[in-house]
Amino acid sequence: MMQQKLHVTLLTGRTIEQGVGKEYGKSSPEYFEACSMVYMDAEDMKKIGVKNGAKVLVTTPNGSVVLKAVKHPRGSMSGLIYIPYGLWANSIVSNATTSIGMPSFKGTPAEVEAAPDQPILSMRELLKKEFGR
Amino acid sequence: MSVINAVTCPICGCLCDDIEITVVENEVVKVKNGCAVCEAKYLGYKSEHRISHPLIRKNDKLVPVSMDEAVHKAAEILANANYPILYGWSSTNCEAQRIGVELAEEVGGVLDNTAVVCHGPSLMGTQEAGIPTSTLGQIRHRADLIIYWGCDPWSAHPRHLERYTSFTEGRFEDSEWKSYINKVKAAAGRKKLLSAQRVSPKKQEISVAESVVFNKPPETLQKEGRKLVVIDVRKSMTAEMADYFIQVEPNKDYELMQAMRAMVKDQDLDVDQVAGVPMEYLKEVVDTLINCKFGVVFFGMGLTQSAGKFRNIEVAISLVRDLNLRTKFVIMPMRGHFNVSGANIVFAWQSGYAFGIDFSLGYPRYNPGETTSMDVLLRGESDAALVIASDPAATFPKRAIQNLVKHPLIVIDPHMNPTAMLGDVVFPSAFVGIEVEGTAYRMDNVPLPLKKVVDPPKGVISDEELLKKILEEVRIIKAQETKNKTEGA
Amino acid sequence: MTEILIKNGFVFDPINGINGEKMDIAINNGKIVESVNSQKAKKIDASGLIVMPGGVDVHTHVAGHEVNTGRMIRPEDHVKDAVRKTVLTRSGVGYSVPSTFVTGYRYSKMGYTTVMNPSMAPLGAKHTHEELNDIPLLDKATFPLIGDWWFVLEYLQKGDLEGCARHVAWMMETTKGYAIKIVNPGGLESWGFGRNVHSIDDVVPNFDITPREIVCGLAKVNKMLNLPHTIHLHTNNLGIPGNYVTTLETMKALESIATEGKPVAHITHVQFSSFGGESWGNLKSAAEEISKYINNHGHITLDMGQIIFSDTTTMTADGPFEFTLYQLSGHKWVNSDVETETSGGIIPMHYKRTSAVNATQWSIGLELALLVKDPWKIFMTTDHPNAGPFFDYPKIIAWLTSKKARMATLKRCHKKAQKKSLLTSISRELSLYELAIVTRAGQAKALGLKGKGHLGAGADADVAIYNINPEKIDIAKKYKTARKAFSSAAYTIKDGQIVVKDGEIVRNVDGRTMWLDVQTREQLKVDEEMKRKFKQYWTVEYENYPVFDHYVKVPEAITVKASV
Repeated sequence: MMQQKLHVTLLTGRTIEQGVGKEYGKSSPEYFEACSMVYMDAEDMKKIGVKNGAKVLVTTPNGSVVLKAVKHPRGSMSGLIYIPYGLWANSIVSNATTSIGMPSFKGTPAEVEAAPDQPILSMRELLKKEFGR
Repeated sequence: MSVINAVTCPICGCLCDDIEITVVENEVVKVKNGCAVCEAKYLGYKSEHRISHPLIRKNDKLVPVSMDEAVHKAAEILANANYPILYGWSSTNCEAQRIGVELAEEVGGVLDNTAVVCHGPSLMGTQEAGIPTSTLGQIRHRADLIIYWGCDPWSAHPRHLERYTSFTEGRFEDSEWKSYINKVKAAAGRKKLLSAQRVSPKKQEISVAESVVFNKPPETLQKEGRKLVVIDVRKSMTAEMADYFIQVEPNKDYELMQAMRAMVKDQDLDVDQVAGVPMEYLKEVVDTLINCKFGVVFFGMGLTQSAGKFRNIEVAISLVRDLNLRTKFVIMPMRGHFNVSGANIVFAWQSGYAFGIDFSLGYPRYNPGETTSMDVLLRGESDAALVIASDPAATFPKRAIQNLVKHPLIVIDPHMNPTAMLGDVVFPSAFVGIEVEGTAYRMDNVPLPLKKVVDPPKGVISDEELLKKILEEVRIIKAQETKNKTEGA
Repeated sequence: MTEILIKNGFVFDPINGINGEKMDIAINNGKIVESVNSQKAKKIDASGLIVMPGGVDVHTHVAGHEVNTGRMIRPEDHVKDAVRKTVLTRSGVGYSVPSTFVTGYRYSKMGYTTVMNPSMAPLGAKHTHEELNDIPLLDKATFPLIGDWWFVLEYLQKGDLEGCARHVAWMMETTKGYAIKIVNPGGLESWGFGRNVHSIDDVVPNFDITPREIVCGLAKVNKMLNLPHTIHLHTNNLGIPGNYVTTLETMKALESIATEGKPVAHITHVQFSSFGGESWGNLKSAAEEISKYINNHGHITLDMGQIIFSDTTTMTADGPFEFTLYQLSGHKWVNSDVETETSGGIIPMHYKRTSAVNATQWSIGLELALLVKDPWKIFMTTDHPNAGPFFDYPKIIAWLTSKKARMATLKRCHKKAQKKSLLTSISRELSLYELAIVTRAGQAKALGLKGKGHLGAGADADVAIYNINPEKIDIAKKYKTARKAFSSAAYTIKDGQIVVKDGEIVRNVDGRTMWLDVQTREQLKVDEEMKRKFKQYWTVEYENYPVFDHYVKVPEAITVKASV
C-alpha cells in the first residue's frame, strides 16, 4: 500500500562524486548533479511511489528541499536517507549544536514524499531563496 | 615539459606525497598516482569558476576593484568590528594559518577552523580521554586488524587502503589485495553458478562482503593476515570490500561501543542484541579484537556528527584504551581537509587551543558551545566575518549562514564558491599545493611540504600575502584611530 | 651595534674561574669583549646585583608533536594561566604546557637564554622546528630520537659502526638536530607491538639486538663523529621501583668506551632512574648508590629531573612507561608511536606532598644533586614538564642553596617519606658559584656550546643579572628572597640587547636554532637502493623527509669534523 509521506532518519555525508564535483568548482554541473540528490532504500521508494531518478521533497523542522531520488546500490538502508554534503543538504539539516559547536548533521528525523511537479533549484536559485543574494 | 615527482596532493587528510605531475607551459597536463579527486583538482582547478580580481559588493553586485581598495575595505571592517569571526583555514598552508592567529588576536575576534563541523568533537573526546594512536606507517607495518567505524574511505579518502592499510606491504604484514581480488572473482563465479542452476537473479545477492548484520561473522575473521571490518549504518563502498560488515542502528554507536568495552573486560551482558547486532556475533567480533596482533580503529563523521558526538569519540577512545590491556591497539580520526590538522596544530602551539578560540578579551579563551563559531553565528553575536580556505555556505546549516550574511563578509578563496557569492569583499587567492608552496599536516600529524608546480594567474597572490596585507592595514587603521582619539581628547 | 658596560656587579663565571668578584662586563656587537669605550657605551649599574651568564637548560620539552598534543588535550591546564597580549608581546597560555610565545617570555624573565628541546621524532622534525621558530628570546637546539631507529638497529646489529656513523651524520643535517637522543633503547621498537624491554640484555623482538649494544654502539658512533655533546640517554626501566640497578649497569657498560676521563654519556632526569625498593609500597631512594658511582667515575654527566609539587603533564618518548602511568592513574592517556623511529606518550600528573611515593621522588632529586660532589656532573632540570613546570625552577634553587628551605618543604611531606629521606642528614648548601655551574656553566660545557655559559671575551653576550647582594643577603637563610630574585631577573641580555628589565619584556628578538653540520670523510650514499628502502620503511617520499633550510628561521649551523 502506498503512503503519502515516509518518516525517515536523515544522514548527510561524502560521496566520491561530490568530492570530484567540488574540485571542478561548486558552480559546475558535476557538483550540481552530485549534491542535489538523495540516496534511498529501494523498498522505501516503492512505498511512496517514487521511481529511480524521480523527484522527492524532503522536509525537516528546518526547511524543505526538492532532490532527485536515487536507489541505494548496496543493500538495504530501510528508514534512512543519505544526502551528500552541500548546499541542498544544508537547507534542511539541523542547527542543534548540543552546546559543542557541531550541528547534528547525521541522525535527525525527516519526511520524504514524491514531488513530481516541483523543480530542483540550482545553486544560484537556492542562494537567492535562502540568503537573498 | 617538466615532470615533477613527490608532489603532495592538497585535498584530503591522506596527503599522498607520491603524485607525479607533468607540466607543459604552466599548465598541468597529466597526473600520475592520484585518485579521482586528485586528478579532478590538478586538471580542473583552472575552471571558469576562478576569481580573477578582488571584488567589492556595490549596489548588491560584486564589482572588480583594485587590490588596495579591497584590502582597505576588509581591514576597515575587521578593525571596526566588535566581535568578528575568522573562520576556515583548513585548505591553506601553515604559513597562512600563522598570520591568521596574529590577525585574530589583533582584532580581538573568534578564530575557528572547519574542525568545528568535522573532528572538533574528536578533539574534545581527546581532551576527555587522551588518545592511543600512531603514525600511518605503523598501520602499514604492523596492523592485522583494520576497522573503519562511521567512515567510508573509498568515498572520502580514496587511496587510504592502498597507501596505509589493507592493501599495503609492511615489514610484518602483507597486502590483502590478492585475497580481495580472489573474493571478487569467487563472488562473480558464484553468480555464474547460480545462474546456471536457474536460480532467480533476486536470490543471487552478489556481495563480496559475505556478511550483513544478520549473518554470522565469517571464518575469515580468524585468519592470519590482515582483516578488514567496517561498521556503519548503511553499506558503504568500503563495506563492500570488508571481511565483515556490521550494520549498526543509527545513533546507537555509543551503546555498541560500551557493550564491546564490557566484553573486552570479560563482563557478561544479559541482552540478546545491542544496537541491532546479535550478541553471539558481537562476542566473536570482540574475540577478534582481543586476539589480533595490532588493531586500529579509523573513525569519521558517523561518530562525530550523530547523537552523542564527542561522547561517541570518548567511548571509542576508551574502548581502544581498554583493548591496550589485552593487545596492541590504536585509534585515528580520518581528518577531512588536507590541512585541518595543520590549523589545529598551529592554533594550539601559538594560543594553547586548537579551535573555537575567542580573543575578544585580549587573551585566548576556549569553551565549545560558547566560543565556537557555529554557536556564535547561531546566536547572532558576531558583527563581521573573514572566511578563508573553506566554504561554510555549503557546509553550515542554513540559519548560521543567514546570520553570517547579515553583517560584512570578507571571503578569500581561489574559486567563486557559494560563500564567495555571498561575500561583501572577495579576494582571489592562489591554490596552495599547486601555485603556492608551504607546509601541511597529514591526518596522523606528520608534516609534509607542499610544492608549487605552476605559477598562479597574474594578479593572484597567496593567502599568506593577502593576510599580511590586511593585517598591516588593520594596524595602520587602529594606530590612526588611537592617534585621533588622543588628539581629539 | 650597541656597546654595553655592566658595571660593578658580583660576577659568577665558573668556566673562567670567577667567583663573585666585583668587576665590569663589556659587550659589543652581541659578544662579550675585553672592554668598550666607556663614554659611548650604555651603562647598566649592577652594584649590589649578581651577574651570571644567561641560563642554559639542557633538557626541556618545549616544541614539537609531543608537546603540542599535550597542549591540545589540556585546556583545563591553560585556563589557570591566560596571558594577555601587550604592545610588545603576543597572548597565549602558561602553566605546564605553555604556548610557544609564552615559553620564550617566561624563560627569558628568569634570565635564561638557551634551551635544548630533547626529543624530536625525525619524521616530525619540521613540526619541531616550526615551533622553535615561534619561541622568541631564546637560542635553541633539538635532539633527534635515534635509539630505536630501524636503520640504526640494523647497522649496529651487523656491527657496521662506520656505516651507522655516516648515517647518523646525515640524520643530523636532515633533521637539523644537535645531539643523539636515546630513550628506553629497544623498548620503543618493542612497544610497536605492545611489549617492552626489562633489562639491558633483553633481545629486541624482530631485530636481534640488545639495549646494551644500542647504547654502546651509539656512544662509539658519537665519538667517531666528534659531536659536541655526548649521547643523551633516558635509561631503560625508567620509573620502575628498583631501577637503579639498570642505571648502574648502563653506566658500567659505557666505562670501556670512555677515554681521557671525558664524558661519553649524559643520563637525563636521573631522579626517575634512581629508585630503590621493590614496589611502590616500599619505594626508596638509591641516590647514595648512584652518587657513589658518579663520584668515582668521570664518564657520565647527569641532570636532576627534580619533582615539583604541582599539577603538571608528563610527556616522553617512552611509550611503554607512559602506559604504565596510565594503568596506575587511570588518567587520560595519549600514545603516539612513530613509524620506523620511536614512540611517545602523555599523561597529566599531580605530584603531591601527601603521596609517599611523590615525596620520596622529590627527595631523591635533591639528594642526588647534593651527594654528587662535583657540580660539573649534575645539572638542574625538571625535565619540563614531566617532573614540574620550568617556571618553578626558583623553588629548586632555594632547595639547593638552603637547607632551611628543603626542611620546610620536607616537614610538610608524607611521614613515611620524611623518615626515609636522606635530606635530614645532608647539610650541604650550594654556593652561588656552584649554582651558576648547575644552571648554566655546567650545562653549556656538557653540551659543547663554546659561546654559552660563560662571560669570557668572545662568548655570546647572553647575560642574566639578578637582584641579590651576596654581601648583604645570605641566601641559605633568606631563601624566599632568593626565590623571588631568580623568578624575575633584574636584567636579561640576549646577544647584547636588553630584553628583560625588572622581570618585564622590553624588547623582542628572535633566537637562533643551532644544528650540526657533521662532515664525514665519506658522505652517505643516497642511491636508488637507499631510496627504495626508504620508501619501504616510511609512508613519505625520501624527497619530502628532510627539514629544508627555510624551515629554520634563524639558523646557526655548527660545523663538526668527524673522524670517519
